[in-house]
Amino acid sequence: MPLLAFIPTLPLLGFLVLSLAGRALPKKLIAPIGAGTICIASVITMLLCARFLLTPPADGAYTQTLWQWFNIGSLSVSISLRLDALSLVFVFIITFVGALIHIYSAAFMRQDRDYARFFACMNLFVCSMLVLVMAGNLVLLYLGWEGVGLCSYLLIGFWYETPANSNAANKAFYITRIGDTAMAIGLFLLYKELGTFTIPAILHDAPQAPSYNTLIPLLLLAGAMGKSAQLPLQTWLPDAMAGPSPVSALIHAATMVTAGVYLIARMHVLFQLSPLAMTATAVIGALTLFIAGCSAMVQTDIKRILAYSTISQIGYMFLALGVGAWSAAIFHFFTHAFFKALLFLAAGVVIEALHHEHNIFKMGGLKNKMPVVFLTFLAGAAALAALPLVSAGFYSKDQILWYAWNAANGNAALGSIALAGAFITSFYTTRLLLVVFWGESKTTPAHPPGQPPPIAYRPGPLMTVPLVILGILSLTSGFIEWPHNLLHLTLFSHHVQKTLPATLLKENLPSESAFQVITTLVTLAGIYLAYIVYYRSPASILQWRQSRRMMAIRDFLFDGWKFDALYRTLFVKPFVFITRVNKSDISDRLYNGIAQASLMLNRMVSLSQNGSLRWYIVGVLAGILFIITLQLFT
Amino acid sequence: MSSFNGEIVLIVAAILFVLGLIGVLTRKNIIFILLSVEIMLNSAGLAFVAAGAKWQQPDGQVMFLFILAMAAAEVSVGLALVLQIYHQHKTLDVDGLKELRD
Repeated sequence: MPLLAFIPTLPLLGFLVLSLAGRALPKKLIAPIGAGTICIASVITMLLCARFLLTPPADGAYTQTLWQWFNIGSLSVSISLRLDALSLVFVFIITFVGALIHIYSAAFMRQDRDYARFFACMNLFVCSMLVLVMAGNLVLLYLGWEGVGLCSYLLIGFWYETPANSNAANKAFYITRIGDTAMAIGLFLLYKELGTFTIPAILHDAPQAPSYNTLIPLLLLAGAMGKSAQLPLQTWLPDAMAGPSPVSALIHAATMVTAGVYLIARMHVLFQLSPLAMTATAVIGALTLFIAGCSAMVQTDIKRILAYSTISQIGYMFLALGVGAWSAAIFHFFTHAFFKALLFLAAGVVIEALHHEHNIFKMGGLKNKMPVVFLTFLAGAAALAALPLVSAGFYSKDQILWYAWNAANGNAALGSIALAGAFITSFYTTRLLLVVFWGESKTTPAHPPGQPPPIAYRPGPLMTVPLVILGILSLTSGFIEWPHNLLHLTLFSHHVQKTLPATLLKENLPSESAFQVITTLVTLAGIYLAYIVYYRSPASILQWRQSRRMMAIRDFLFDGWKFDALYRTLFVKPFVFITRVNKSDISDRLYNGIAQASLMLNRMVSLSQNGSLRWYIVGVLAGILFIITLQLFT
Repeated sequence: MSSFNGEIVLIVAAILFVLGLIGVLTRKNIIFILLSVEIMLNSAGLAFVAAGAKWQQPDGQVMFLFILAMAAAEVSVGLALVLQIYHQHKTLDVDGLKELRD
């Protein structure tokens, strides 16, 4: 498939043009280059999608080998692209959602000084992400993996003048680095075991390998945990919200943070061989979704709420992967990309309109003032809360809940945590929606006289059209996959199961309908509770505020279960202590000693330079006498 | 020409040289130091002349002429410098002139 290479190459081209000539280009040209490359890539992807779906390739994948990358001994790595059913979903999301976000950014970032730099980084990100998901071997995948990490770093610290932003970027880089190191070690072990990096060969050879090291999937899981912000490496994602909103939408919600999900799904054979790794994935996913959900309930920053909810939703995906519900995980990724990108973009408009106000309790009453944003946000929130039947989130999350309980690896504990997560999700989503869009308007319209008030800021079509498209998809994209008992329509899992194995279920299953009713009730209960607390009788919150214990719990959750403080005392402080103790170690002493000796000699010699003529003459005389003596006695 | 006793002349030259050296080392005034240097130069010249007389060669006297010319040039430059030093520092005491120390 010669078209394959164009998909990552076009964004790369855009990156090169914008980074090399970006300063010289006028703004009118930057946006078409930056967004245009992604749009063309997206069109190519859709053509490929259509062809893939209509006439599936014989071996299940389009492949294209571009050139030999390097040869070392028996290891030969080529730049080869591979598009199968799984990567097709990812490529579609990356290019399609990416294109919409680029179009939105063309308007959103127009005021920014570094317009070209923004689009250059975004294009490089899309290119790296496409390389990651289209890579035919794990070395190329790792290249894309590090590439997206770099772009994430660059874009979190996009407004680098503020020290907090740079710190957030550094934090994201360091923490994902922990996972990346584990993943690299995992890849080395994999090569040692199987002698190849080619993905189809690995998937084919692994079950036949005489010995199998269960450390490999665990190390790969650690890599995925770092990238996908799962427990215990989740602390970077809430801080990553320092970047511009489109960056949060594209990188920290829709695509990059799901790279871990892709990695696990891609290497599913390795995980299936190790029940321990599967269980670890499921447990990490379940714990993460619960912990992050709890934190999301008490946040006040609109983007941090969404960040914690992203961590929580990716936790659902990990849970699904861990119980062996491969297609359910990918399906949740598919719908999540739409509604979470939408929520971030809409939040971006709200923040921008209210003069960079992030605190939801200073918003309020935006329902009638920003109708388009409100309606699209409503659609996204419905999907996030998994509102039954009408939203895409329901179809994907319901599957995960069902499988968490009833898949071969699932059990009641995982299922009930997932169910609690569903309650929490619907609670904080409703809270967010009610506080931001209902109630009284709380932002004082402090704006320079002569300009229209900030609240009257109406997003133009460049911003609303992506919102509307994503809003429609947030509601409808779930219809391609129905629960088995409602309607026998399983387009998505049918597609994905060309690559991934089907989900194994337990025997003697309870009725799926009963589960759905319970899930629905739990979701509605969450919504109702939030409605009571935040709309009907807000006095109860004031009552809670009085109680010291409630506030302590709230603060604990607000700080993300104090993980940052824990890591500070566990790692940062001892490290700083050790460095302080070890400040003058042996090698330091050696070099300081040399410097000190030179300084002492210098002082001694400079004593002779005392400016006294008589002293100099004595010196000359002594020299002459020395030479004469030497002449006389030899 | 009667026999020339070079040793006495050389001893005189050596005494002159040491006198000059002592003058250079002990005098405080720059002008006296310059004078002492002249004495040392002349003692060297005397030694050359004595050596020339002893071996019946003209080189010693040629060398003395060179020393004479060099001494004249040195004194003119030296005195000019002394004048400048006095102009700037209002003193000719070498112990007071220590600005070139480290």
